[in-house]
Amino acid sequence: MKELVPLLVGIPLGTAFLIVILAHVRGLSRLTGLLATAVVAVNLLLGVWMCIAMHDGAAPAIWAGEWNGLGRPIGIELVCDGLARLMVVVINMVALAAIIFAASYMRRFTTVWLFHSLFLLMTGAMNGVVLSGDLFNMYVFIEVAAIASYGLVAFGTESEELEAAFKYLVLGVLASTFILVGITVLYSLTGHLNMAKMAEGLRRLPKPEGLSASPAVLLAAACLLGGLALKAAMVPFHAWLPDAHPSAPAPISAMLSGVLIKAAGVYALARIVFTVLGVNPYYANILIALGVLSMVVGMFLALGQWDLKRLLAYSSISQAGYIVLALGVAAEVLSRSPPDRAVAGLCLLGGLFHLFNHAAFKGLLFLSSGSIEQATGTRQLKQMGGLARQMPVTGFCCRVGALSIAGVPPFNGFFSKIIIIIALALAGRPILCAVAVGVAVGTLLMYVKVQRYVLEGAPTQRAVRESPWPMGVGMAILAVVCVLGGLAILPLKEYLFDPAGKVLLDSVTAAGRLAMGATP
Amino acid sequence: MGIAIYILAFACLLTGVYALVAKKNIVRIILGIAILEYAVNLLLVLVGYRRGGSAPILARGEAPAALAARAVDPLPQAMVLTSIVIGLSVTALAVAMAIRLYDKYGTFDMNDIRNLRG
Repeated sequence: MKELVPLLVGIPLGTAFLIVILAHVRGLSRLTGLLATAVVAVNLLLGVWMCIAMHDGAAPAIWAGEWNGLGRPIGIELVCDGLARLMVVVINMVALAAIIFAASYMRRFTTVWLFHSLFLLMTGAMNGVVLSGDLFNMYVFIEVAAIASYGLVAFGTESEELEAAFKYLVLGVLASTFILVGITVLYSLTGHLNMAKMAEGLRRLPKPEGLSASPAVLLAAACLLGGLALKAAMVPFHAWLPDAHPSAPAPISAMLSGVLIKAAGVYALARIVFTVLGVNPYYANILIALGVLSMVVGMFLALGQWDLKRLLAYSSISQAGYIVLALGVAAEVLSRSPPDRAVAGLCLLGGLFHLFNHAAFKGLLFLSSGSIEQATGTRQLKQMGGLARQMPVTGFCCRVGALSIAGVPPFNGFFSKIIIIIALALAGRPILCAVAVGVAVGTLLMYVKVQRYVLEGAPTQRAVRESPWPMGVGMAILAVVCVLGGLAILPLKEYLFDPAGKVLLDSVTAAGRLAMGATP
Repeated sequence: MGIAIYILAFACLLTGVYALVAKKNIVRIILGIAILEYAVNLLLVLVGYRRGGSAPILARGEAPAALAARAVDPLPQAMVLTSIVIGLSVTALAVAMAIRLYDKYGTFDMNDIRNLRG
């Protein structure tokens, strides 16, 4: 069982290079899409199976390529704890829907095998980001995922796509450089790269008088938080996202908005703040400020958009703000003395549930925007209309996604937003609670506008046809997840969110760090 | 003397950041990316440096503790190799994109390359 964990990273990365070879063999080049779909499906099954088999709280650490050097293990540590399992399921769920959707969507491009190869590189690297147990390894996987995504954003090689990809590349390089500076400073302070051992080392550092942490740790924290906030596109570091995400092909927009900003940004922020640096009012307030700014600014920018994909991209910034706000308040509650673990647990449940839900409905909305764009040839809301009757499957899925993100019961978005709002109230932050309610109302307005202009009204174009069935299947998978996320909240909580939240709660204590491989 | 080289590393870092955010010519931005990566690589190597340290190669019969007492830290050197390879691929990708951008727009000036807006 635990020997299978490296396969989650190994199979997609290996297959990505196998596809490049297959594409040059006569007769086999048509199989690359099937192969990629099979790999993602196997990964999703592995992830779900691990969630069910290990939901009692097991968190095996695996040393891939272990070499016993001078009595201490040297290798690539992969930690398959609850949080990593949740992220693996989210990543591969959206990836499966996107690759099935791409089977017919990508027909308009040449060299589709290149798309499949880069897609698997990105998926495998994201699995690596969430499974890795040491910081440098995490950095390398973040970079692999990012380089694959630069290529995928530029996949159309038209002028807009190249411009967006170049901006994305420049800001991505800036972010990774700062992340690496932060990791370097932390390594020089502690002599470890393993997250749990680094956390132990940081707690043993002598504290200078009058400061709560040494200046070097604060420098590293500033570099890491700034770099990761840039990767997660938090306001004020968001400028690249509304260009990059809409310019990519629709399945890639779904992957970037649905999971990449979460795996490389939000997940890494959570690990750094909760596990490595340790909860502290400073870091918690930075997360809260980033979250609130992103929610409010992202919502207003999205409300003014008339380009469907840009509207969805701005709305991603706003919804990712909810997750970071919930994580920040949880960290703030945990840093009080005595820490209120029940309220912090509720905040984390809300944040992680919203992460899962946002991946499902934003993936769904981007896929349906791709289907609409293919059928109508436009992304402008004002040039659409009456598509609910002309494209029944796409229209229905788009409506499910819009209702979910707007927070209409009984869809999943309602439950995660209400949990976050209740948790903020219980944590004694009434102003944040009011902001969260206000942004939820703004989101509702935004998606009423989408439904009004896209699905209702008089048809503006006559010859609009429903998209081919693979695109319908891709959207249907995520629509089912959106409905089930609301109805099956209790089993999901037991198998996915409780183990994941417990990892973050426990990583604050010494016993939790021991479970991740720290020396006693 | 010891602090000067750290100041140099951070000066390089700031130069790279300045080039990335303030320059409008794509070639200069790519040069900024290269400077930024050199700065981090320099910082990484410095972290493992020790004055008067020797190469971290275990001699036959030498105890590990004796090696740890005399040698520089080998781990940052392994990390810097990885970082250089990542930097190479990012720079190659940026140059490839710059060539395609020149084909489409006929210029390297970011002021003229702005089809996307707010």
